[in-house]
Amino acid sequence: MDKPSTHTANGPYLKEIEKVPFWLDPKKRAWVYQFFVFCMVGLLAYYLVSNTILNLKRQHIATGFGFLHKEASFEIGESLIPYSAASTYGRALLVGALNTIKVSFIGIIITLILGTMIGVARLSSNWLVSKLAGFYIEVMQDIPVLLQLFFWYAIFYETLPSPRQALHPFNGLFLSNRGVALAVPAAIPAYKYMLLAFIAGCVAAYFLRKWARKRQERTGKIFPVFLTSTAMILGFPLIVWVAFGAPIQMNIPKLSGFNFKGGIMLTPEFIALLTGLVLYTSAFVAEVVRAGIQSVSKGQREAAMALGLKPPYVLNLVILPQAMRVIIPPLTSQMLNLTKNSSLAVAIGFPDFVSVANTCINQTGQAVEGVALIMAVYLIFSLSTSLFMNWYNKKTALVER
Amino acid sequence: MEEYTPEAAYSPMKPPITHTGVIGWIKKNLFNGYLNSLLTLGILFVFYKIIPPFIRWAFLDSVWCPDCAGACRKAAGACWSVVTSNIRFIIFGFYPYSQQWRPLIAMLLLFGLIYYSSKRENWRKSLIYIWAIGLFVMGTLMKGGIFGLVPVESTKWGGLPLTLLLSVFGLTAAYPLGVILALGRRSKMPGIRWLSIIYIELIRGVPLISLLFMASIIFPLFLPEGVTINKILRAQVAIILFTAAYIAEVVRGGLQGISKGQYEAAESLGLNYVLTMRLVILPQALKIVIPPTVSILISAFKDTSLVVIIALWDLMKTTQSVLSHPKWMGFSPEAYIFLAILYFLGCFSMSNYSRKLERELSQGEQR
Repeated sequence: MDKPSTHTANGPYLKEIEKVPFWLDPKKRAWVYQFFVFCMVGLLAYYLVSNTILNLKRQHIATGFGFLHKEASFEIGESLIPYSAASTYGRALLVGALNTIKVSFIGIIITLILGTMIGVARLSSNWLVSKLAGFYIEVMQDIPVLLQLFFWYAIFYETLPSPRQALHPFNGLFLSNRGVALAVPAAIPAYKYMLLAFIAGCVAAYFLRKWARKRQERTGKIFPVFLTSTAMILGFPLIVWVAFGAPIQMNIPKLSGFNFKGGIMLTPEFIALLTGLVLYTSAFVAEVVRAGIQSVSKGQREAAMALGLKPPYVLNLVILPQAMRVIIPPLTSQMLNLTKNSSLAVAIGFPDFVSVANTCINQTGQAVEGVALIMAVYLIFSLSTSLFMNWYNKKTALVER
Repeated sequence: MEEYTPEAAYSPMKPPITHTGVIGWIKKNLFNGYLNSLLTLGILFVFYKIIPPFIRWAFLDSVWCPDCAGACRKAAGACWSVVTSNIRFIIFGFYPYSQQWRPLIAMLLLFGLIYYSSKRENWRKSLIYIWAIGLFVMGTLMKGGIFGLVPVESTKWGGLPLTLLLSVFGLTAAYPLGVILALGRRSKMPGIRWLSIIYIELIRGVPLISLLFMASIIFPLFLPEGVTINKILRAQVAIILFTAAYIAEVVRGGLQGISKGQYEAAESLGLNYVLTMRLVILPQALKIVIPPTVSILISAFKDTSLVVIIALWDLMKTTQSVLSHPKWMGFSPEAYIFLAILYFLGCFSMSNYSRKLERELSQGEQR
């Protein structure tokens, strides 16, 4: 803007502008509004907090997180870390958080695989496959996940026989109303080295991919990354296995007393939770994948074909990079939904974080702290995911002219 | 001279029979290529293995008559008797048996209202008044106390009416709050914007169940001594606060879809902020977001099932209480399938409607 003109006719007018009362000045008015809103929020918060403190005093409930160091004195059905009733509340909550992470992590991996398969099936040229996938998506999306959890839990609990008559479809697998007993490889050194070899394969594949991409950008030559990576990831452990003389020692579950010993035991609660979450979320993931693939216009595929790219390259170099940009954000929100929905475990008795926190609240009466902890833990999950997402979005954002 | 007609000039050859009609369709859609043929055969085999036993279980060998728990134990098939015997308890909960026509009429009224509002030619201002009257009538029917209706405590409300109440009232009350939050998030005032962002992200980051816990155990602590609010209302508040955050995000999407020119045009007409929003921006933005709003209604409808965890007698809880009766123990799959069908019908009709609406609303822009 130009400097205020010193023209005589404008003089008095300008002075008037300077003297605008503050309620007509948008900037000052905005401050007043905000001050007003903050006062309201502050007053409301003060009212609620003071009431809460008074109520807590009246009911003789101690405030603060001191209870975390006290003895929990309740058992938890399954735990990834050593835990007993003599452990502290803090440790009990840690067990719950780890259980949440466990079920979410396994759930997310299975959901991604199943959801992608169904999403691709929805676009299949086979009418039957496509309709079946559509039917699955519609039905699973329209039934509350909690109902699905109850249903699978009931199926497990009511229709499967007791451990003595456990279903035994093949060696090393027992289905009973106590859960699924599964044979696992025995803890011998050979298997440990195989695991190390597997990790080494993954790391090597990562660096190979990086190198291949750089080389392709420099020279245009395409390196068969997928084949070599698969060969490395599967081949390294196989070589180790053969080198150790191809041992096949399994830890097979055996019936002893009323339950199984050996192998790993998956509880009905865990299986019901996992099944419900996976079936429900994979329907949404399938829709995300379908929409993402359809979002890439037909011209892109045709143009790639016209350039003479082979079909796998069309998919890898042209379609997927564009589809992924559309797919990833809603996909993350579905993964977060799965994590948040895992809190429904409390309804079927799987000891996830909410369930353990709920027990703590019932025992100690520290409701405010308990619910605050629940919220904080889920907020940490959500916020860290959104931070990652923002970083990813920036990395892959479309660079426009 | 013979007149020239295309038909006379040549007789068109029909496409081969294997490319048209049923055979052509089957060939094109089910058996195009080895993989697809294999898939089709595989699926048909699975159908053959699953569907006949299922039909035998669900229909041929099943028991339907009310109060046949004994016959159920002997039958090889499904025991739908668990549903037919307890249907009134499952649907209406503890509502007094002789008065159950009242929630029934209230629900029918609600369905009628929803059906009426689904027609686009009825989208007028009067619709708001019709809804206000309708909700009032429904509330009166449920609560009673006037017009010679026996008063019924809200603690006795349950089953399907409660589920519908929580989701419909939840969405209706959350909508204005959501719009305000969305406007707040797009506000130029940093304080208000940050407050809105914190609220929205906080709520969206936590599971609904934590809010319901808060409503059931912490909310009573918030109130001064002696003041109590009934449990249904507390859960309702939690659902409203939760839904509002999601609505805010949807409405924000709509607001972002409005071009800057609209704001500038409104400003140049001399409209202030409130009038700009009310007359120019919101009518357009809210129209865009109707389909996603319907999907929020669908999730609100599904999410109300969570109140079972804080022991409200919704559809899920009444069913579970039937199943905990020794007489009906072990028939959970049947009862849950019945519930699933109820939920499915509700959600499917809404999502179908939302898709139809999306097509209709986008027609204007496609030209």
